[in-house]
Amino acid sequence: MSAPNNSFDPVEVTPLHPDEVARMREEALAAIEAAADLAELKEVRLAHASDRSPLALANREIGALPPAAKADAGKRVGGARRDVGQALKARQAVLETERDERVLVEERVDVTLPWDRTPRGARHPLTTVAERMTDVFVGMGFEVAEGPEIEAEWFNFDALNFQPDHPARSMQDTFFVEGPDGGESGLVMRTHTSPVQIRALLSRELPVYVVAPGKTFRTDELDATHSPVFHQLEGLVVDKGITLAHLRGAIDAFVESVFGEGLKTRFRASYFPFTEPSAEVDIECFVCRGASVGNPDEPCRTCSSEGWIEIGGCGVVNPRVLTAAGVDPEVYSGWAFGLGIERTLMFAHGVRDMHDMVEGDIRFTSAFGSEN
Amino acid sequence: MRVPLTWLREYVELPADVSARDLASRLTLAGLEVETVDELGSDLTGPIVFGRVLEIEELTGFKKPIRYCRVDVGQANGSGEPQEIVCGARNFAEGDLVVVSLPGAELPGGFKIGARKTYGKMSAGMICSATELGLWEDHTGIVVLPEGFAETGTDAIAILGLREDVLDIAVTPDRGYALSMRGVARDVAALYGAEFRDPADVTVAVPAGAGHPGVIDDAERCDRLVLRGATGFDPEAPTPLWMKRRLHQSGVRPVSLAVDVTNYVMLELGQPLHAWDREKVDGPIRVRQAEAGEKLETLDHVQRSLDADDIVIADDSGAQAIAGVMGGLHTEIGLSSSEVLVEAAHFDAMSIARASRRHQLSSEASRRFERGIDSAGQLAAATRAVELLAELGGASVEPAYTIVDRSKAREPIVVRASHAGSVAGVDYPEGTSERWLRAIGCAVEADGELLKVTPPTWRSDITDPNDLAEEIIRFEGYENIPSIRPSGSGRGLTSGQRLRRAVGRVLADTGHNEVLSYPFTSERDLDGLQLAAGDPRRTALRLANPLNEEEPLLRTTLLPGLFKALARNVGRGMTDVALFETGLVYRPRPGATRAPILPVDRGPGAEELALLDAALPEQPRRVGVVVTGDAERAGWWGEGRAATWADAVQAARDIARVAGVGLEVEADTHAPWHPGRCAALYVRVEGERVLVGHAGELHPRVVKAFGLPDRTAAMEIDLDRVESARADTPAPVVSTYPVATQDVALVVDASVPVGEISAALAEGAGPLLESVRLFDVYTGEQVGEGRKSVAFALRFRAGDRTLTAEEAGAARDAAVALATERTGAVLRG
Repeated sequence: MSAPNNSFDPVEVTPLHPDEVARMREEALAAIEAAADLAELKEVRLAHASDRSPLALANREIGALPPAAKADAGKRVGGARRDVGQALKARQAVLETERDERVLVEERVDVTLPWDRTPRGARHPLTTVAERMTDVFVGMGFEVAEGPEIEAEWFNFDALNFQPDHPARSMQDTFFVEGPDGGESGLVMRTHTSPVQIRALLSRELPVYVVAPGKTFRTDELDATHSPVFHQLEGLVVDKGITLAHLRGAIDAFVESVFGEGLKTRFRASYFPFTEPSAEVDIECFVCRGASVGNPDEPCRTCSSEGWIEIGGCGVVNPRVLTAAGVDPEVYSGWAFGLGIERTLMFAHGVRDMHDMVEGDIRFTSAFGSEN
Repeated sequence: MRVPLTWLREYVELPADVSARDLASRLTLAGLEVETVDELGSDLTGPIVFGRVLEIEELTGFKKPIRYCRVDVGQANGSGEPQEIVCGARNFAEGDLVVVSLPGAELPGGFKIGARKTYGKMSAGMICSATELGLWEDHTGIVVLPEGFAETGTDAIAILGLREDVLDIAVTPDRGYALSMRGVARDVAALYGAEFRDPADVTVAVPAGAGHPGVIDDAERCDRLVLRGATGFDPEAPTPLWMKRRLHQSGVRPVSLAVDVTNYVMLELGQPLHAWDREKVDGPIRVRQAEAGEKLETLDHVQRSLDADDIVIADDSGAQAIAGVMGGLHTEIGLSSSEVLVEAAHFDAMSIARASRRHQLSSEASRRFERGIDSAGQLAAATRAVELLAELGGASVEPAYTIVDRSKAREPIVVRASHAGSVAGVDYPEGTSERWLRAIGCAVEADGELLKVTPPTWRSDITDPNDLAEEIIRFEGYENIPSIRPSGSGRGLTSGQRLRRAVGRVLADTGHNEVLSYPFTSERDLDGLQLAAGDPRRTALRLANPLNEEEPLLRTTLLPGLFKALARNVGRGMTDVALFETGLVYRPRPGATRAPILPVDRGPGAEELALLDAALPEQPRRVGVVVTGDAERAGWWGEGRAATWADAVQAARDIARVAGVGLEVEADTHAPWHPGRCAALYVRVEGERVLVGHAGELHPRVVKAFGLPDRTAAMEIDLDRVESARADTPAPVVSTYPVATQDVALVVDASVPVGEISAALAEGAGPLLESVRLFDVYTGEQVGEGRKSVAFALRFRAGDRTLTAEEAGAARDAAVALATERTGAVLRG
């Protein structure tokens, strides 16, 4: 920038000459008018309105003028720049409107074109249903306990109050593991998730609030409703002052969360060696809500017109089980439940055939995605 | 247990309006699960009446002899004229009382009766057989009723009891008492507050001397034996219709009066009985242990070799019955037996359960003994049986009989009266416990807050305070228990549990579908994997009783299951398939011994637990992946991309990434992978390199063995080991200074793995390096044969300043220098 020069004649400074300023203004306005699109207008803006534009450079010269000449020159140049600025803004608006009306329309694509370039997979619905069931209890302050699938007979039976020759033991259709020499190994494939009860009591501080989802095994041939490998969710609470009322509360919370609100549950007295008293848990059929009972005109496939669906077993932990796990039954009490995960999936999602859950056909799993 | 309602009502004063369905529902809630209510005869309509055969005309000239009968049915046909009926049966005579279905009647199974012309005659109705009426199975002819059974022309439906509701109860193993009408009736009476009449309440006179001699060897195996005789029995006396009908409705086949009576009393009282032909019994009846290898031919005509643990009923000539399970053929009551000896005993339940299992013989008797019968019900049952033989078979009851009683009195259970309430979480009114316990037959003595409860002899299942609580709660009703949400103080999922979920999600999001394969496998599968003879994966646990003899082993790797699921999908027409499975594999520990059975009357000690766990196989959690077809599909955007070994390795990298663990990849040769396309995968656990698994393309032999598409790729890693490598990740410092990017192209020998060069660059670049990424691999003339050019983008950034070009250049040079030193790489161009 030039230094102030009081003896300088403004008329002699070419860029500030009125004709010159007018020419620069006209040139800029013409260029703005000629800009055909936003990109051209951007170029014009650089050429005529940026810091390096002729008018901006002229403006810098004003400082070098004698004070008397500054006002006049400033007014002239400032007016020209303002006009250019306004013209730019106006042209910008016109071109943007034009772009919106024409160019963006011309750029239209078919947004219904698929983009399934990388296929998505899915988790098995049994996995996600098990997680969902688990999370209901995690939300009530339960932790998730685990145990091995090949289990010692003591854990699977004896500690759970299955007497060696009691019929209940043979009811379980157990897979026995052969010993190394072909003899007995004392190991079975666990027939239920209940041995995790014993493991949880042995490894955790009391009170114990746990659920244990997992694989279980029985010698049932695969058919529409049976599978030699299936899944259960075990639940166990051992604390002081625990009653069946808390068990009902836990089951009700589960049913409400997984099957929906307003469904009745009922307990039917039953028998399991490791609980006493024991009960089966039924939920009201969420399809017919009991309307199919004794009504042959409107049979219900879901509940076989019984009005209730069995979802698992439960009961008060047999004090003998607590004793075997080293817990004093005089001080602590508790309850346990076992819910069928396959059954829950079958009912919650209307899966009709066990084969679908077992075969690994991707058309089945894909329908569920990675969360449900 | 099948329970005909009219029979049940003989012992319970049930209100007439109680329906079978209502009863079924209440019994089910109270622990006697009614599986079905059979409404026998519900599809039957009259008129079905009694008729008297007036005249029989034999028709000839047909393939079989046919009778044309005139039958008096009173006014039942409206006219009072004899009914003319054609009949093919021949077991009746003129004057016999029979059952006639008249036109318009409908018999069970939708069999409609009409008037029609047959064998040249008009036949207006049918003379019925027991089977046709649904009474019992009998193919010998029509039913001929005893004289005086009913008036001619009266409705037969009610008198014969052709309509009957039968409850089919699935009795749980603890409720042996409910395998009798008596036991069910007692529960029903309690549920409805109705009067109960105990059928075991029979008057028994004291014995007038000793009956047939009986001996018990071991009171632990048998504590009661009753032998009662009936003499002068008419072996040809028929079983009355009502008894046959009830047996049939209860699912027991009528045989002969003597056998039917023992079965009937068993159904009524729950006490299995054995009727001996006394003339075939040689000497005293002795309850003893069998001798090992002792032979006995049982009633089912099977020659059995006995075990020393079996209890037998023997006479001087040897074992005559497997006690509580099945009688022997030799002393079977026959059609000529007139001297009947009824034996009733109480055996140790577990002994019977073992014998039944051992001989694979489950009988009505064994089912009852192993669940527990009335330990004191023998005399009543035997007396009831001989009295029925007297009443129905013309026998005389012998006043002398034998009773051997070596039973011990039961100790009472002491329990707080409030115990049931504290189990249920309900404040039951005072006296509730006592009331219900008395209703099921307990003797209850109140002592302040404590109750001394002696369970009845038919409830061997009741041993503990909670057993008593269950009885009270089931009668009070589970529906009256309030619902209170429990509240634990858990700390949520563990890091491992969260990792497993995240792994499933990342694999699903990258295109894999989860499968849950069975863990059963075979030598054939292990051969298919091309495992070497000594491969540890060949050491697999074997099931003693596999479901499928072809697959007796338990998996040591997830891969065969994944391969089979993949092949199944491909077989069903899918071409692009990516699967994953997360699950345990089972690796036996060398030298593992039999898992001990620990005591249950106390908690196990640490050493005992260690013994148990040492017997268990290792059960690591694995993740496996298998891919075939296109990993990226072709489409309007362009070409697809086939899944390769690289996708399998990437699956492992993705898992490591969600775990926040670095994965080191190295070439390896390992079955079942292609030797040139197999990666070993490692993590660092506290600085130590730990192998977690392998990934790559499968060996062509494996592809062939499992019928997979060519070039199928797979991965299997140990998730537990990945998890063990996890450490808390400190948050990175995110620098806002500009990045300095430097690209380097290096020429190396073609055999040098990119992983090594990349690692050297990263290490050599020092702390200013933000990332290093391979962006090109080139082979060709320009770099010479046996060489390749690999190009990396290096990004440098400092946390506290803008890097100068010199600094970035120096870091790059250091990176290249280390790569050169380690791999012989030469900076290109």
